[in-house]
Amino acid sequence: MAREQHDYDDIPGTFVFDAERSREGFGINMFCMSLMKDENRKAFKANEAEYLKKFKLTPEQTEAVLKRDYNRMLELGGNIYFTAKLGATDGHSFQHLAAVMTGNSQDDYAKMMLGGGRNIEGNRSRTGKNAPSKFLAAGGGQPAAAKTAKAKPAAKPKAKVKAKTSKTKSRSAKRK
Amino acid sequence: MPAIGAALDNNKTEEPYWKRVFSGFEKSQEWMRQCKPDVAIIVYNDHASAFSVEMIPTFALGCAAEFPPADEGWGPRPVPVVKGYPALASHIAQSVILDEFDLTICNKMEVDHGMTVPMNLLFGKIPKDGHWPCPVIPLAVNVVMYPPPTGHRCYMLGRAIKKAVESYPEDLKVVIFGTGGLSHQISGPRAGLINSKWDKAFLDNLSKDPQKLVKIPHIEYMREAGAEGIEMVMWLIMRGALDDKVDEVYRFYTVPASNTAVGHIILANRAKASGRKPAVKHKRAAARTKVDRIRG
Repeated sequence: MAREQHDYDDIPGTFVFDAERSREGFGINMFCMSLMKDENRKAFKANEAEYLKKFKLTPEQTEAVLKRDYNRMLELGGNIYFTAKLGATDGHSFQHLAAVMTGNSQDDYAKMMLGGGRNIEGNRSRTGKNAPSKFLAAGGGQPAAAKTAKAKPAAKPKAKVKAKTSKTKSRSAKRK
Repeated sequence: MPAIGAALDNNKTEEPYWKRVFSGFEKSQEWMRQCKPDVAIIVYNDHASAFSVEMIPTFALGCAAEFPPADEGWGPRPVPVVKGYPALASHIAQSVILDEFDLTICNKMEVDHGMTVPMNLLFGKIPKDGHWPCPVIPLAVNVVMYPPPTGHRCYMLGRAIKKAVESYPEDLKVVIFGTGGLSHQISGPRAGLINSKWDKAFLDNLSKDPQKLVKIPHIEYMREAGAEGIEMVMWLIMRGALDDKVDEVYRFYTVPASNTAVGHIILANRAKASGRKPAVKHKRAAARTKVDRIRG
């Protein structure tokens, strides 16, 4: 059965961990959770493919884990708080995972964050719904008593998130 | 957020990068020292520590006498065990369930950085063998699996909590922290997203027009503030526990703290005609907390 369609599928560069993904990714997330125990980390490192057999992963999920394809893991139902534990087992900081998922070097990712982060402009919608949210019109005066520290200025508009998710389009074809 | 904890635990707070982040909380800590609450209700999200994918409660209220810090892979954070307030917690649980909210009651629960880092930011760094200044009632909200509860649901839960606290027979000074956010995305190709315009508008409307915030649908949070920015919906629990009219007392905002925007707001209930001391609420827009005093 094809994955249900949702309004949030329009958000670029994003895999929402919804109930369907949670169901499908139960094995990946339970595998990641098992890495909280030292003896499991040791067993995994000794023979990764063998260790993974315990968790009833699909062949695609197994491949994604073995290749440390963090985006693919998300697409197949892994949740970032859980896959971060796999990163930690490899001795990788969270920024390493972020660099992998965004296709940057860790240095470039860190620089981007110091520059104010990834800009929202151009990164709202896959289908051209680029207008800012109507729900929060910006501005409005602040009460006199408040003190505001200046937010760091946003970096100049960053390149649009590359469409690294072309695989998602074939999902429905692959599913029964 | 874990990075903020790591900076605290590894004594990096004086480094220029972290000094910028921590300096904004000095006033907040001073406020908290003056406030001297009897108990803090802390609304936060667990990060695959206490809750796995095996069981995903929407609203989990900690009714235990104590909550140990969780081992998140590097041993438990070196902070004191969090003491609970079972009598008030069970009073809140009963009142809120009868107001038709579906709570999960936790009588044994560990608490991760999602709760203990905001506690450090508001209470200061405290050694493991020390004591937090007041007991805590944790309220863990599911924001891991989509969908979290709606903004409206969160707001109404806040109102139910306020009612429960006000009906508690003992006169306690209660603060409530709202935590989570601000804008950030830590997953997928769009990781690193920050939307300061959104954050500012959200902070502004907490005092100006909270009903505007209550109406924000989940997709707007995720689109504008990042997939993980949906955590900001938890703030509405804190906001609902405040009076309709509040004043903003203090605000702090900076980017980045590791992968997120960090902010903090303190809101105060307007003084009541009855002559009761104004209840002060803090909201921490941080990568976490908002603190409010419901009853003073």
